[in-house]
Amino acid sequence: MELQTDHINQLLGQIPDPEIPVISIVELGVVRGVSMEGDKVIVTITPTYSGCPAMRTIEMDIFNKLKDEGFEHIEIRTVQSPAWTTDWMAEEAKEKLRAYGIAPPNEHINQRVRSILSDEVTHVQCPHCASWNTHLTSQFGSTACKALYKCDDCLEPFDYFKCI
Amino acid sequence: MTNQEALVNYCLRLADNNLILGHRLSELSGKGPFLEEDIATTNIALDLIGQASSLLQYAAEVEGKGRTEDDLAFLRGEREFYNTLLAEQENKDFAVTIARQFLTDAFDYFFYDELKKSADARLAALAEKSHKEITYHLRHTSKWMERLGEGTEESHRRIQDAVDNLWRFTGELFEMNEVDEILLKEKIAVDLNVVKIQWDKLVAEVFANSGISIPENVFMQRGSREGKHTEKLGYLLAEMQHLHRAFPGVQW
Repeated sequence: MELQTDHINQLLGQIPDPEIPVISIVELGVVRGVSMEGDKVIVTITPTYSGCPAMRTIEMDIFNKLKDEGFEHIEIRTVQSPAWTTDWMAEEAKEKLRAYGIAPPNEHINQRVRSILSDEVTHVQCPHCASWNTHLTSQFGSTACKALYKCDDCLEPFDYFKCI
Repeated sequence: MTNQEALVNYCLRLADNNLILGHRLSELSGKGPFLEEDIATTNIALDLIGQASSLLQYAAEVEGKGRTEDDLAFLRGEREFYNTLLAEQENKDFAVTIARQFLTDAFDYFFYDELKKSADARLAALAEKSHKEITYHLRHTSKWMERLGEGTEESHRRIQDAVDNLWRFTGELFEMNEVDEILLKEKIAVDLNVVKIQWDKLVAEVFANSGISIPENVFMQRGSREGKHTEKLGYLLAEMQHLHRAFPGVQW
């Protein structure tokens, strides 16, 4: 049984995130668990953001992958709790993001201790030239999980995977 | 009213706020004042509609009458919607859009923080998720309040006008009825008096930083708790529900 769930986990690890294809849905932390009930595979996933439009695609990708690998009965469950956090992202995944041109999320700073209205107190490193001399252009970016930054040294704009 | 009916109504109230406001913001998609802001409002709309979707799903389950999330969103009439009057107001100029959003974000920030402690595990989980997203929305809109309030003479006049016009819809945000009474006993609902104290303080702080004055002696409009709305909602629903009513059962 354990061997089988390990095998399924491995298969899920081959499914790229639809928006950021350099990391897998397992590395992103979207897959929360795999279990078996008889011959039925149950995959539990959680959304990064409530309205993340990639969730449907992720469900479909999981379903198709497992179907292709010969699994007949597949159920995909979505859970909201515990809420997804960037802290779940694997270290290797952060390196892959950087190489892809997206600044990975910084270590999470406990949001409760900061003022409600102030920005995250973070310095974001440019994924292109590694400079720390960057500034926030917009809290909201091309997908729900990213913010827009600009490097003040190489002048390139870039995406930052924001902490949540 | 049974506990079950109260919970369905409570979920609809929260869901409708997010759905209607999300729809309003989505009207700006592709029409924002500039690219970054277009992306920001669309992102916020997406979060709100996502939250509404989870809440409607839960309302449908608790109701247990076989209705789906889509049935609830697209096949209810105006008088069956429980979103606040504030949420349904039109976008008008950018100052109105931002003022409406800021007043809502400030409420949601404290509301969902309290709802995390709900005895209803499902609502508590949704609140935990939503609160993280709202934190970003609130930071965004409170900055805009400051920029517009302290910007040019024109921007100051417009944001003050927006606040003056919308203020009459803020009273009912804190209105509680039988639904709240029943669910407060079960430790499911949030005590809106607690939210009001925090909301007042934050709004006063942001207004003070922005040179915006709090309107005084305003007659507060109400009615959304009973499904009574301003004329704005009907037009919004006509557009939002058109596709689903023209092609019954259509799926994305």
